[in-house]
Amino acid sequence: MIVNEKVAIEHGLKAEEYKKICDLLKRTPNITELGIFSAMWNEHCSYKSSRLHLKKLPTSGEKVIQGPGENAGVIDIEDGDAIVFKIESHNHPSFIEPYQGAATGVGGIMRDVFTMGARPIANLNSIHFGSPQHKKTKNLLRGVVHGIGGYGNCMGIPTIAGQTSFDSSYNGNILVNAMTLGLVKKNKIFYSKATGLNKPVIYVGSKTGRDGIHGASMASASFDEKIEEKKPTVQVGDPFTEKLLLEACLELMAGDSIIAIQDMGAAGLTSSSIEMASKGNLGIEINLNKVPTREANMTPYEIMLSESQERMLIVLENGKEEEAKKIFDKWNLDFAIIGKTTKSKKIELFFDNKQVTDIPVNTLVENSPMYDRKWKKAKLPKKNKIKKEDLNNLKIIDVLKKVLSNPNICNKEWIWQQYDHTVMGDTIQKPGGDSGVVRVHGTNKAVAASVDSSAVYCWAHPLTGGKQVVCESFRNLISVGAKPVAITNCLNFGSPENEENMGEFVECVQGIGEASEYLKFPVVSGNVSFYNQTKDVGIKPTPSIGGVGLIKDYKNMITMDLKEVGNLVLVIGKTEGHIDQSLFARNILDEKNGPPPEVNLFNEKNNGETLLKLIDNGFIKSAHDISLGGIITAISKMCIKGNKGINLKMSKNLINEIEYFFGEDQGRYLIEITKKDQKKVTDILEKNAVHFDELGTINEDLLYINDKTKVTIDELKTSNTSWLNNYMS
Amino acid sequence: MKSSVITFPGSNCDRDMDVALNKFGFKNKMVWHDDIELPKSDLVVLPGGFSYGDYLRCGSMASKSKIMQSVINFAKSGGLVMGICNGFQILVETGLVPGVLLRNKYLEFICKNVFIRVDNKENPYFKNLDKDIFEFHIAHNEGNYFCTRDQLKEIEDNSQVAIYYCNNKGKIDEQFNPNGSVKNIAGILNKEKNVLGMMPHPERMIDQSLSGEDGSIFFKNLINNLK
Repeated sequence: MIVNEKVAIEHGLKAEEYKKICDLLKRTPNITELGIFSAMWNEHCSYKSSRLHLKKLPTSGEKVIQGPGENAGVIDIEDGDAIVFKIESHNHPSFIEPYQGAATGVGGIMRDVFTMGARPIANLNSIHFGSPQHKKTKNLLRGVVHGIGGYGNCMGIPTIAGQTSFDSSYNGNILVNAMTLGLVKKNKIFYSKATGLNKPVIYVGSKTGRDGIHGASMASASFDEKIEEKKPTVQVGDPFTEKLLLEACLELMAGDSIIAIQDMGAAGLTSSSIEMASKGNLGIEINLNKVPTREANMTPYEIMLSESQERMLIVLENGKEEEAKKIFDKWNLDFAIIGKTTKSKKIELFFDNKQVTDIPVNTLVENSPMYDRKWKKAKLPKKNKIKKEDLNNLKIIDVLKKVLSNPNICNKEWIWQQYDHTVMGDTIQKPGGDSGVVRVHGTNKAVAASVDSSAVYCWAHPLTGGKQVVCESFRNLISVGAKPVAITNCLNFGSPENEENMGEFVECVQGIGEASEYLKFPVVSGNVSFYNQTKDVGIKPTPSIGGVGLIKDYKNMITMDLKEVGNLVLVIGKTEGHIDQSLFARNILDEKNGPPPEVNLFNEKNNGETLLKLIDNGFIKSAHDISLGGIITAISKMCIKGNKGINLKMSKNLINEIEYFFGEDQGRYLIEITKKDQKKVTDILEKNAVHFDELGTINEDLLYINDKTKVTIDELKTSNTSWLNNYMS
Repeated sequence: MKSSVITFPGSNCDRDMDVALNKFGFKNKMVWHDDIELPKSDLVVLPGGFSYGDYLRCGSMASKSKIMQSVINFAKSGGLVMGICNGFQILVETGLVPGVLLRNKYLEFICKNVFIRVDNKENPYFKNLDKDIFEFHIAHNEGNYFCTRDQLKEIEDNSQVAIYYCNNKGKIDEQFNPNGSVKNIAGILNKEKNVLGMMPHPERMIDQSLSGEDGSIFFKNLINNLK
């Protein structure tokens, strides 16, 4: 096939990028080489629009063993243990084929984690769908949930937490972000850097088929009406093979034969071999006839660009081939020596005794394009003037019921009951809490993890929104008694070629950076997903933050269910009644303008750290962070979970009752304490300059507001649980 | 007491079962599906998971693996064999217990706590338990127990139903049936009562921090019954 500019553009490359390739090679590439360039230089693999900005994120810290740049980030959790974790998007394929798209997203992220030698111990996900009224939403939701469950359940890894939202901006572009945590011994972490010459390059796992060719390129483009035609670019998952691959890899990793290992994810054999060579500053030579293929007559182009799942590339020590092969034979997996490391610093491919590719590795990696895209700074919107009389006409209980049954607040049991969340026998906090928590097997430690995003805030003001998501992650970890350690981020945006979308990206990243720096909550891994747009319309900016924290003694973990009648509930943090961009404003008042709540990093840190002190001292019986829906939504959820009621007394605030209860000011928590401890607790809060209000006293089964309005907890529970069940049935 | 847990390709509750058995005093050995000989055991467990990916009928491939001939012989000579979840599916495929397990009625994987009622304690698994209603955990996609009318009569006549899904008061009713099983059946014994297949996972309820502690009661009682 003749290669020219037209063919290059069909591969998703720009004319000037094609010219650069010809200049770098000093010749016209052949079709296999062009395919390799297009796979390495697309947005998904090269981060060409985002690299410049991602560099500004804080990525190091006392507990960071490995920051971005490897298959996943690694943090120290003491006693020689480490947690490997990362979040990744699988948005485009999940819209085209929800079951397989979501399933392979989960499979891919687990592979990233066990490639580093860690056994996966928990999965999480953040999934976003279009308006519930949109004709595709129900099927997409069902397909995605089945896909996530189908893969994770079969692997035997518990899915311990997640987030689901609905917004019409996702009508044509759903988001599926999957996160995995794995456990590894600090001295047994595996990396992807190849070292040593003439070392055997080994292919293990499934055979290579024609599925997923150009998957990474597809994920780097916008959608149009012909999107259904892209189905063949979606990979097909086989969780059973991945389970075997996991066990086989961990068995091989127990020995000392592996020099480097890399999973074949986006851009398959191309990116895995090139990354290993690039990190080791070496060359790699591969005989493509040795690659196990599923179908006859596959061309070098197809072999290199296939995104068939459940495959790994390993650089082994010489002489260890037999020992390694035995393990993969035991697990019935393919094992093939397909090449070797060389000193050429080139990627050299041979097929039918002919050389089909000869590219210097650095042209693909270091010389890949990097763009400083134009972007537009967002202005902070003006505050809305809400008429007090509008608020006074509202019946608070009716509003509360509406809020509790809102798709973005309602109980998501229909989703997480389809995920095995208890396998491995260490899940001590199930989905539905502030964070999922799993014990570190055989120890007293536990790891908490949460995944958050606030697209509405990010859309209203990206800088504030970026900060807010990191803070929310911080709060969700603290609410279960975990010390926040580090985050992973999945940055879902529209087109980087659109100045506004690019501005959203740049400012969200800046916000994430500022908050993570201040809170000492570094970013250790992540992924960028651009082009989440159909024709010209992009999604609301949706950075998802996956936070991980450590609980030193799992018996001290906190849950949000109210524990005992007669106990007190306090609000930690100041309530100012910020209504703009709140769930209340958007859904009850139908007011979509205004700024998001302000983020005060000092208060976030101080309030959170003080709460951790209270938890360490054993004062906290239950806790919950206040987020979407404000104080009254948060306390209602605590009541529902604990099957208890509360007498709410609004403190003598100047603000309106509605603003007090539904405002979404940041940096706040609800805590339950005994009356006996009240003095000690408030002393600590005062000593640390933490603002608090008394919210109420726990009763048997009623929510009372200022002694005049009441509703049973059962009624609230019905409001909270019925929407999703009815919608899906 | 010695126990053996069989690991098939795709088993994923084998470790959890190993942890539980050891915790309550068994000396447990993990046995690979491709082995021929079963170690000397007082109890053999077929664990949960997705053996061979459950790509054919659940459990059917595993029921043909090498070790299963020894397990079948062991069961036929009166040895205790317990299949949990996928293990139950494997047991029905071997014919050691009657019936089949279909896809859940609502076509969805389901993971949650359920209540079960023990009706028949004339067997080594539930003998001597001082309560009848337990909170157990289920996690499966194909737990919808089904058998023919004649089989059902035989099962009931022989008191082979081990446990039923019920509510916290022990009431057996369709509304407490999570998966559509005939007569709310959650677990079945063979005629001789030495082979038990059940969908719930007692090994996930062995610690107060987990979904509950009723699994601990089950295992403690089981090892005492075997002594």
